[in-house]
Amino acid sequence: MSMWAWFHRLASPKHFYRIAGRWIPWLTAVCVVLFVVGLYTGLYASPPDYQQGDTIRIMYVHVPAAWLSLFVYVVMAGASAVYLIWRIKLADLVALSSAPIGASFTFLALATGSLWGKPIWFTWWVWDGRLTSELILLFLYLGYMGLRAAIDDRRSAARAGAVLALVGVVNVPIIHYSVEWWATLHQGSTVFRAEGPAIHPSQLLPLLVMGLAFTVFYLTIVLIRARAELLLQERRSAWVREVIDSP
Amino acid sequence: MLRGFVAILRRDLLLAFRHRSELVNPMMFFVIVLTLFPLALGPDASTLRGIAAGVLWVAALLAALLSLEGMFRSDFEDGALEQMALSSQPLALLVVAKVLAHWLVTGVPLIVLAPVLAVLLDLPAAALPVLMLTLLLGTPVLSLVGAIGMALTVGLRRGGLLLSLLVLPLYVPILIFAASAVADAALGLQVGAQLNMMGALLALALSLGPIATAAALRISLGA
Amino acid sequence: MTSEHSSPAPDTRTEVLEAVNLACQRGERLLFRGLSFTVTPGLTVLVEGSNGSGKTTLLRTVCGLMQPEEGEIRWNGAPVGRDRLAFQARLGYLGHVHGIKDELTAEENLRVAAALAGVSRERVAAALARVGLAPLAEVRARQLSAGQRRRLALARLLLGAARLWVLDEPFTALDRAGMGLVEAMIEDHCAAGGMVLMSSHHGVELNCISPIRVEL
Repeated sequence: MSMWAWFHRLASPKHFYRIAGRWIPWLTAVCVVLFVVGLYTGLYASPPDYQQGDTIRIMYVHVPAAWLSLFVYVVMAGASAVYLIWRIKLADLVALSSAPIGASFTFLALATGSLWGKPIWFTWWVWDGRLTSELILLFLYLGYMGLRAAIDDRRSAARAGAVLALVGVVNVPIIHYSVEWWATLHQGSTVFRAEGPAIHPSQLLPLLVMGLAFTVFYLTIVLIRARAELLLQERRSAWVREVIDSP
Repeated sequence: MLRGFVAILRRDLLLAFRHRSELVNPMMFFVIVLTLFPLALGPDASTLRGIAAGVLWVAALLAALLSLEGMFRSDFEDGALEQMALSSQPLALLVVAKVLAHWLVTGVPLIVLAPVLAVLLDLPAAALPVLMLTLLLGTPVLSLVGAIGMALTVGLRRGGLLLSLLVLPLYVPILIFAASAVADAALGLQVGAQLNMMGALLALALSLGPIATAAALRISLGA
Repeated sequence: MTSEHSSPAPDTRTEVLEAVNLACQRGERLLFRGLSFTVTPGLTVLVEGSNGSGKTTLLRTVCGLMQPEEGEIRWNGAPVGRDRLAFQARLGYLGHVHGIKDELTAEENLRVAAALAGVSRERVAAALARVGLAPLAEVRARQLSAGQRRRLALARLLLGAARLWVLDEPFTALDRAGMGLVEAMIEDHCAAGGMVLMSSHHGVELNCISPIRVEL
């Protein structure tokens, strides 16, 4: 089957439900393996940092979470663009399902960032450039979710969310740049530069593994959520009744 | 094509004039919010001087946010917005006219009032021209970006708080550069970098904002 | 009748609106599907159906305010989306809300409409006279009665640029004289080569009614 035809089949709700259903178990398995490897090498096997000792280990959760929080927003915006231009409902499902996941990653990045900073700065919060950017990103996610929830008509909510996501994605680099600028203005260096350009290879590998683990985790969860949302949205159609009735 | 733009601009200014008792609201809000800070932090002049730049801009930003409600709601409810969306003129162009009228009515008074209020917080005179320049560059961006949020929520009955949640994160860059410029000017430092960034943001907002706003208005009308 | 447009007046005999295989949804409910009809110059197509059957949704979809689930609207053979502004230049819509600003006078309201439609403001006086509002030209719309406001909204259609009138229950809030006015306006418009798509509850008696009726 040609690439276009395959994609077209995927975009049909019924086939997406089935195909995604087949991928989920495999993705879950890969995800678990990656997490085990990543957490073991990161939290246990890799050497402690010469400056921060063992507290550096929280970086193996914080940094990938921050990467993903941004990655998911970009995916959300890309799916929104696809939805607006080609009206493919699947794209909207992906955007809708991704938002809470991205918000959770953002929250995780904030929480782990706070935990990381506590032993060093003795406060639960530091107005660091990275953390402040993440906080604003959280507001962008919450705004998206709030807007979609507030509009009753499902299609209007989808289109409004799509516009908002695109406006947001244009603003994310601007916000990030301005906050970084603001942070360097008011603070000399930041505590989280430990994973900067001088990162050691023994630290790099667990980071990448964790990053990959988080990515696969996102893919798994987004498929699960999208399937559930699809059942809800198409609950009146015949194929959903078949799915529900079948053993 | 310019006829529609001019007609809507004139219409909105005329309507604002006929509701002129409401024109004073953003300015009053600006003053009241500003007054809250000395009340909360104590009247010590050196403290106030230290926070003056930031407080002035936060107050102006909140006043701009509050005045967004008036941008599309009336036209949405009485059907005038529909007629604009169905006219032979591009909706994005008519949006620019509306945003311009809105800025003239709510933003310009803030610019005019700011130097007077800056005195209340003992902002050094050297910073006053920069204060007005940042407001001149920044308040149009607040109107243009706010218009997008307003367009997305105009169909909602209780959209006010959601509007703030949508718009405030987008206001952060302008706030950072503007407040920094005013604070630096008060210390006698160069502010070229910040002003350049603000100019760039204005250009971006002007080129992309009306298109996004028009798209959002059509979505709200189609609900 | 001349307008301010620099392009020559299009041949009104070829202008036609087609709805092809329309399906519209409101919330979760599918209102109708497979709906097709044509509106041609000189004729008025009636849309009939009980409350909630989707008349307003259909009319708003034809105008482009809402998007259909399936199907498309064609203007002069081409999908409307291809040159939306050109279509809208020939469109006059009167919905449930009038589009009249309360704080502007009747005349000021029409002047804005004329500017949006790209026609000369000299037409405003004639339009006001035709709907019987000439003596009230300087009165703020807020002070007009419901029936007078509806006449003002109708006057907008008379400014001349619109060939296709889409009217959603135009007889609402009008007394007998008002209803007679609307009927006369529609007849004159069709006689001059215009076309009308309208929904109405009341039994409508007009000469120019199309044999095509849309039943929802």
